[in-house]
Formats: sequence, structure tokens, C-alpha cells
Amino acid sequence: MNLQHIITEIEKTDTEFLKKVDSRRNTIKNFNRFIGKVSLVALPFALGGLFKKANGQSTSGIIDVLNYALTLEYLEAAFYQNGNNVANTLIPTAPARQAIATIGSHETAHVNFLKTAITASGGTPVSSPSFDFTAGGTFGDVFTNYNTFLAVAQTFEDTGVRAYKGQAGALISNNDVLTAALNIHSVEARHASHIRQMRKANGFGDVKPWITGKDSGIGEVVQASYNGEEVTMQAGIEITNINNFSISSAAASEAFDEPLTMMQVLNIVKPFIK
Amino acid sequence: MTTKTSNDKQQLSRRNFIGYASAVTAIAALAACSKDDNDMPSSSSGIDLGSGDTGILNYAYALEQLEAAFYKQVTDTPFSGITAAETALLTDIRDHEIAHREFFKKALGSSAIPGLEVNFSGIQFNDRTSVLNTAKAFEDLGVSAYNGAGKLITNPDYLLIAGKIVSVEARHAAYIRDLISNGSFADNTVIDANGLDRGRSPMEVLMIASSFLKSKINASNLPTP
Repeated sequence: MNLQHIITEIEKTDTEFLKKVDSRRNTIKNFNRFIGKVSLVALPFALGGLFKKANGQSTSGIIDVLNYALTLEYLEAAFYQNGNNVANTLIPTAPARQAIATIGSHETAHVNFLKTAITASGGTPVSSPSFDFTAGGTFGDVFTNYNTFLAVAQTFEDTGVRAYKGQAGALISNNDVLTAALNIHSVEARHASHIRQMRKANGFGDVKPWITGKDSGIGEVVQASYNGEEVTMQAGIEITNINNFSISSAAASEAFDEPLTMMQVLNIVKPFIK
Repeated sequence: MTTKTSNDKQQLSRRNFIGYASAVTAIAALAACSKDDNDMPSSSSGIDLGSGDTGILNYAYALEQLEAAFYKQVTDTPFSGITAAETALLTDIRDHEIAHREFFKKALGSSAIPGLEVNFSGIQFNDRTSVLNTAKAFEDLGVSAYNGAGKLITNPDYLLIAGKIVSVEARHAAYIRDLISNGSFADNTVIDANGLDRGRSPMEVLMIASSFLKSKINASNLPTP
């Protein structure tokens, strides 16, 4: 499955999908108008009930985001499943094997949670693509070389954090879905932190648990997942040395993680999809 | 990476945290039943966070003040046996929290609440276990606070800012947790069976935070879902 196939899959539940992706700003404006109406209503907790009460456009938009998230979780879940299957030869220590098993179990739980949420909302979960975790040979030893495996894991986790962050605005009209997405988002960040510590501890990369500038500690091959992380200006406010506190530009960039758009993320994961 | 288990005292204080959260849930339920009453102790006294998105930004500002003050003290008076790597990363965290605090102060401008007085009398800053367990509590609390507040924000720009900060708090939380016990970065005390982190309401968060604050916070005008 290639990028076009993912988009086609999502379009099956929403023919306006591409138009909305291309005019994300307008979509967010539409959601803004929408929340004025729904915020006055006491919303029940059940996801399905919410979607059936929402208007058509917002319902399909939210299901698009959930299917997009599901696609990324399929990718992560399958990646760790493959790694766990060869853990005894790939991963050198018991604590590291346990950490990868824990992370993998979370990604599988996210897949199941999102499928349930989509179905309960009257949507159809997209099916899982087939994956090529070597990315056409770029990471040819991904399941035999621990360094490569952790490099890909770090990239997936850091990209996942940015992907969820990029959709928060699109979910602002639906409290329960937004909260669920936020509660997945921070788990991906916890994973990223741990994987980065594992890479550091093994001497695979001079990385911290947080992202400094746009450095991956991996190389140019994953740079698209880190470009844009270097910003030090937030909502028009410069964070470096803010209010005369001694805050380096490195710390200023680390203190805020940055979003990626849906198209940026789909382009990043494209090489991993058959 | 070092491994250290909680001593009984820290476990007790963890139970206190959970107890507070449960108590707050009960209080919130009571408040919901009688929201026209003005006799809740927090509703008429203390520093008013304000209403709407401004109230939520002040709420975040209050929490970042607490975290920044804590890490300032941690780096000013390091615990005995601190390693160079720990010093470097705890200094990073201090700077991140100061950056967050000052960002909110500047963004809020004249709507910002004043500087809060903290109460760290229960923390032994010379003791690694005391410091790291407090750091863990603050970071997990911060993650749950931002996760729980997201739905209360109406401006998508502010929601994005909250998202940019919460994932950094989660990175901190995982690091601190791994310092205490390697592999506990996302254990089942914080992650549920669906693989989701938790959210806490402002009332729940502020009840926990209040034990570290001399200043009283009035959150009664904050938005509700």
C-alpha cells in the first residue's frame, strides 16, 4: 500500500478528505464555529453517541483523524511486534526486552482502542497496510541490528508525538475524542523519552530524552521527522532568554515540541508502507 | 541507569496523593450538586485564576511556577550523590519549566496571576529519593493536568501550545521515573489498559498542588466541560 492508497482508504469514509487536508486552516475555522454550538450541550461520555449527534462534516473529519491515527498505530504496533518476535537475538538485555514489550503492548492497545472508537462512532476502521520496515533497504538490518532498531523506534515515537499534536485543533469540537487523543499523545512522548535514553545508554546517539534543536542523533535519513523542532518562538514570543532568564536557544527548543501536518507525516511513513 | 525503590515514607505520600484525588472527586460531585452556593472555601478567597481560556492559561502558569521553583531548588542545592548526567538533565528540566512559566507570564500580560509562594517544607532536597519522588509526582501531575485541561480550551492556538508543552512534561516524567526505577517510564500506575495516560480536572490537580503552595488558589471561575 502506498501513500495514495492510505488517502484512498480514508476517502472511502470521507470524500472531502483531501480538500480538508489541503485547507486545514479553513477546516479549523469551521470547527471553531461549530464548537460555539456544541459547548452549550451537556455531552454524554459514549463516543458513538457523540458522533451521531454531531453534524456530518465534523463527524467525518473526526473519523478521518482517528483513521489517520489508527494507520500510525498499525505501523508502530507491527514494528514492535516484529522486534519482539526476534527479541532474543535483537535486544541484548532483559530490561530492554521488557521495555520494548511494554511499548509494543501500548501500541497494540492503541490500535484496538481506536478501532473500537471508530466503529462506535459509526465509522469504518481502515485496514492495516503491509509494512516494509527496512524502508526499501534504507534500514536493511532493522531487525538484526539493535542500533538500527532503536533508531527507527525513536523516529516513529518522536514522529507519533508530532502527528497527534498536529491534529489537536481538528478535534477541538469533540471533548472526548480530543481527550483520548491527548492521553495517547503523552504516552507516545513517554515512549520517545525512554527509547532516547536507551540509545544514549548504548552509545548509539548523543541524545537526551527531549529533542534539542532539530537534531535526531541518527542522521539525514530521518531528518524530515525533526525539521521544525528547532523553533524558539512560541505564539510570537521568543523563548531564548525570555524575561531576562538565562534560557539557551537549545533549552528553548527543547521546552516545546512541535506539530507535523497529516501530509508531512504521511510522507515520512510512506517509505515504510508497501 | 540506577535503580532505587521507594521507601515507606514516599509510598505513604503516594497514598496521600491518591487519597487527595479521591477526596477531590467527592468534593467536585458535591459542588456540582450545589453550584449556586458560594460557601465552598475556595470559591471566594485566594488568587483568582479567572475564567475562560485566560483562566486555563493562569492555571497552567500556576503549575509551571510550582515546577520551576522546585527544580530551581533542586539545582541550587543538589541531592547528595547526584551524578554529572543527572545534574545536566535536571538543569535542562529546570530551564524548560522556567521557559514555560515565563512564556505564560508574558502571554498573559496584565491578566497573569501574581507569583505564588511555595511550600516545600516536606521535601528533603539533600535526599535523592525525596527529590526524585517529588519530581515524579509533579511531572505526572503536570501531564494529567494538561491532558485534562485540553477540552476546556476554546482557542486552537492555545490548545496547540498546551500540546507542545505536555509532551515535554511527559518526556520529563518518563526520565524521572526511569531514574527512580528503570523501565517505569509508562507503567500501569499511570497508563490504563487501553494504553492511555490519565487526565485530571483542575479541581483534582489543584487539591494535590495545594499541599506545595502557601498561596491559596481560587479556581471557581475556571470553565467546566
